[in-house]
Amino acid sequence: MTPEWLDIGAAVDIPLRGARTVPVEGGEEIAVFRTGSNRIYALVNRCPHKKGPLSQGIVHGDSVACPLHNWVISLATGEATGADVGCTPTIPVQVISGRVLICRSSMLERAA
Amino acid sequence: MKTSGREHLVVIGNGMAGCRAVEEILARDAARYRITIIGAEPRVNYNRIMLSPLLAGEKHFDDIVINPMGWYEDNGIDLLSGDPVEAIERDTRTVITRTGRRIGYDRLLIATGSDPFIIPVPGKDLPGVVSFRDIDDVDAMLRAAASGGDAVVIGGGLLGLEAAHGLSLRGMTVTVIHLMETLMERQLDEAAGWLLKSALEARGQMILTGADTAEIYGEGKVEGVRLKDGREIPASLVVMAVGIRPNVALARNAGIEVGRGIKVDDHMATSDPAVLAVGECVEHDGNVYGLVAPLWEMCRALADGLTARPTGYRGSITSTKLKVAGLDVFSAGDFSGGGGTEDIVLRDAARGVYKRLVLKDERIVGAVLYGDTSDGNWYFDLLKKADSIAEIRDALIFGQAFAQGDRADPSAAVAVLPDDTEICGCNGVSKGKVVASIESGAETLDAVRATCKASASCGSCTGLVETLLALTLGDDYSGERTTKTMCKCISFGHDDVRREISVQAMKSIPEIMQKLHWSTPDGCASCRPALNYYLLCAWPGEYSDDQQSRFVNERMHANIQKDGTYSVVPRMWGGLTTPQELRAIADVVEKYNAPMVKVTGGQRLDIFGIRKEDLPAVWADLGAAGMVSGHAYGKALRTVKTCVGSEWCRFGTQDSTGLGVKLERGFWGSWMPHKFKMAVSGCPRNCAEATIKDFGVVCVESGYELHVGGNGGIKVRATDLLVKVETEAEAIHYAAAFVQLYREDARYLERTAPWIERKGIDWLKAQIVDDAENRDTLAARFWHSQQYMQDDPWAERASGCARDLLHRPLAEVRPIRIMEGADA
Repeated sequence: MTPEWLDIGAAVDIPLRGARTVPVEGGEEIAVFRTGSNRIYALVNRCPHKKGPLSQGIVHGDSVACPLHNWVISLATGEATGADVGCTPTIPVQVISGRVLICRSSMLERAA
Repeated sequence: MKTSGREHLVVIGNGMAGCRAVEEILARDAARYRITIIGAEPRVNYNRIMLSPLLAGEKHFDDIVINPMGWYEDNGIDLLSGDPVEAIERDTRTVITRTGRRIGYDRLLIATGSDPFIIPVPGKDLPGVVSFRDIDDVDAMLRAAASGGDAVVIGGGLLGLEAAHGLSLRGMTVTVIHLMETLMERQLDEAAGWLLKSALEARGQMILTGADTAEIYGEGKVEGVRLKDGREIPASLVVMAVGIRPNVALARNAGIEVGRGIKVDDHMATSDPAVLAVGECVEHDGNVYGLVAPLWEMCRALADGLTARPTGYRGSITSTKLKVAGLDVFSAGDFSGGGGTEDIVLRDAARGVYKRLVLKDERIVGAVLYGDTSDGNWYFDLLKKADSIAEIRDALIFGQAFAQGDRADPSAAVAVLPDDTEICGCNGVSKGKVVASIESGAETLDAVRATCKASASCGSCTGLVETLLALTLGDDYSGERTTKTMCKCISFGHDDVRREISVQAMKSIPEIMQKLHWSTPDGCASCRPALNYYLLCAWPGEYSDDQQSRFVNERMHANIQKDGTYSVVPRMWGGLTTPQELRAIADVVEKYNAPMVKVTGGQRLDIFGIRKEDLPAVWADLGAAGMVSGHAYGKALRTVKTCVGSEWCRFGTQDSTGLGVKLERGFWGSWMPHKFKMAVSGCPRNCAEATIKDFGVVCVESGYELHVGGNGGIKVRATDLLVKVETEAEAIHYAAAFVQLYREDARYLERTAPWIERKGIDWLKAQIVDDAENRDTLAARFWHSQQYMQDDPWAERASGCARDLLHRPLAEVRPIRIMEGADA
């Protein structure tokens, strides 16, 4: 049986206040974020506004500003903040012994 | 094997957990068990968390003994020390020691604690490499310290910093190597980590963060540590303090269920009900703890269970204090933010204080305190009890005395302050003076700052001044500002922040945020890029660019397009190109299937549709043909547009292409407040459209007219004529002075056109036309800065280590292969 949590790499390999991507074959690319407080989040790499790659935005607090039009998306909930309305799916993720583990089923639900 | 009516409890581990468990059991029912404790170390039980004060010379071994020999005797406990258990035979309920002793048990308690984690690098076994876990380690460190010299501590967590502090007090020169960017990153956020780093550096320690150890080198003994980036740090002692690992070998070999630690239920029972476990060796509900408080809580639950009044352990919320004299650092709960949380941040730069509370649903869920930890226990108590703080929220951050006193309303507290109370410590302004200046017409924060100077320096009294405005003006005060603040994180405008960067010689983003009292832990997408630019401009060659404070285009050195691909514009100096360059561009277009190539308005070629992953390879190919980044993505010099000039054109008066090439070669790479365009036209017919550029040159028979502040965007603005000069050299000199003045004076994201409208062309002329000395020093500062700016970012990225971090995926997932059982 394959485990539910998939090891996708070391937390330190994600830049502090930055993100890395995880392409999913046949599915949507995932963006894995590391905040200034060292918290790890995973979201589908797509802004609810015009599909901008959130992984390329500026991470501040527990939010990311989309690189295309500066919508600010909560990393915890995927919801747009402020006046904007929209939501990006979040993917459960955990960090154990410095390794980032991502929830396999939630990720594959999004695969075709 | 029962020898009396009492059950035999055997404890493996004579450490803090094992002995505490026994104490708790004895306190409840002293006659219940016959007890044997087996310890690996040849000594009585001592307080391991006091190893730091022992190393620092603040304590002696006798001071840190918890249970002397008499305790074992008085309680009828058999102590077998220095003879570690080697195996557990569960079917016969027997443990076997190294010397072959077999001891039967009815109940077995495993309290084997944890082992230091030794990073598997070459040289880890050299003499002189120690961990920081027991008395023997401390003895080894003290012996090394006796002869002085250099020590390296690997690991900038709690334990590593305490080791470094001790060695430093013992006279060694200490370097701390930490893999992460933030010291104690499990306990502190970036802001508090920066304060701690600064304080330790001020005490003479060298702190290297983001530093990865490659090997420990030396012939027969430690001589130093080599980092993966090639740096070498000489050392006669290396302390490994990178973390601990639950000691589970005995349990695992006995077939007891083990995860990261020995798995236990709420009553500390393992998968074998006769075998219990407590302390750092256990895993409860997915958590492993390395602190002392959870251990006490586990021991209480264990003793309750063993004496038939089971209560159960429900996991621990932990808090941490750093045991380094003179440094107050406290952290509790989950300070890393997250869903639905809010931050309250208080910074007091003068006292070196940073406090951050993380709230969720009107309850404290986390706290980080630096510099003033006196309210740490109160916050921790509120956190553990999950008490609602709704009633005291406004005053919460000021601490218990304030929030629970009769002054819970901060504005009432300010109202009763006597008139001679100092409000602004920086400028020595009393409450009476602030009120007087408000009454005489200073009805906004900016006006107060301008008239009596209160809140005009560090800004920490801004809240007090605003309260005084509200109290004095009543309903007339709307909080209106005349100066636009930089962003919602800060009460100052851009110009104030820049002035303070240079006055206070601030050299990093966390330092600015602390000293100017940012209200957020790490800023926002507006202020971070601005601060990064201001620091780059103020400290060329000294400040290292923070990539994560850059907008995507500047971080990726290409322009993001609506579909997430990038466009790439190589530089063509002055708009000139060659067959080789054109061939290289054509090859790139074909090789990477770029769907479009376009000539830009600035006379360059733009290659569209390049994927993020392919960018480094594209740059390498273009670089091989001698091309560098065109900075079409940057707040920097974009292009210098030229006409053909006197070399070919029958109207041309000067060599406009030649001057264009010289300008572009001289000015490329310089970061500016916004994008910057230049043009050189060879005659007043102005084919290069120089009069809508940030800096435009129009050549005439008698020399060069220099124009500034043009813009062809949404709002077209023709340039102002700055001056007319006679030579190319003068034109370039003026350009340097102008660009540097723009770099130093304009606000981030302000183009030259609005900047000049704001400041006035007369002011500009006074600065660089009338004042020759100022012109020279501005130009000199520009050329000094250019020494550090003209490294081609593409070449660097195509080969450097940032390539993987910024361009490659962290991992790839292929569901088909997963179904076949192979991991991606």
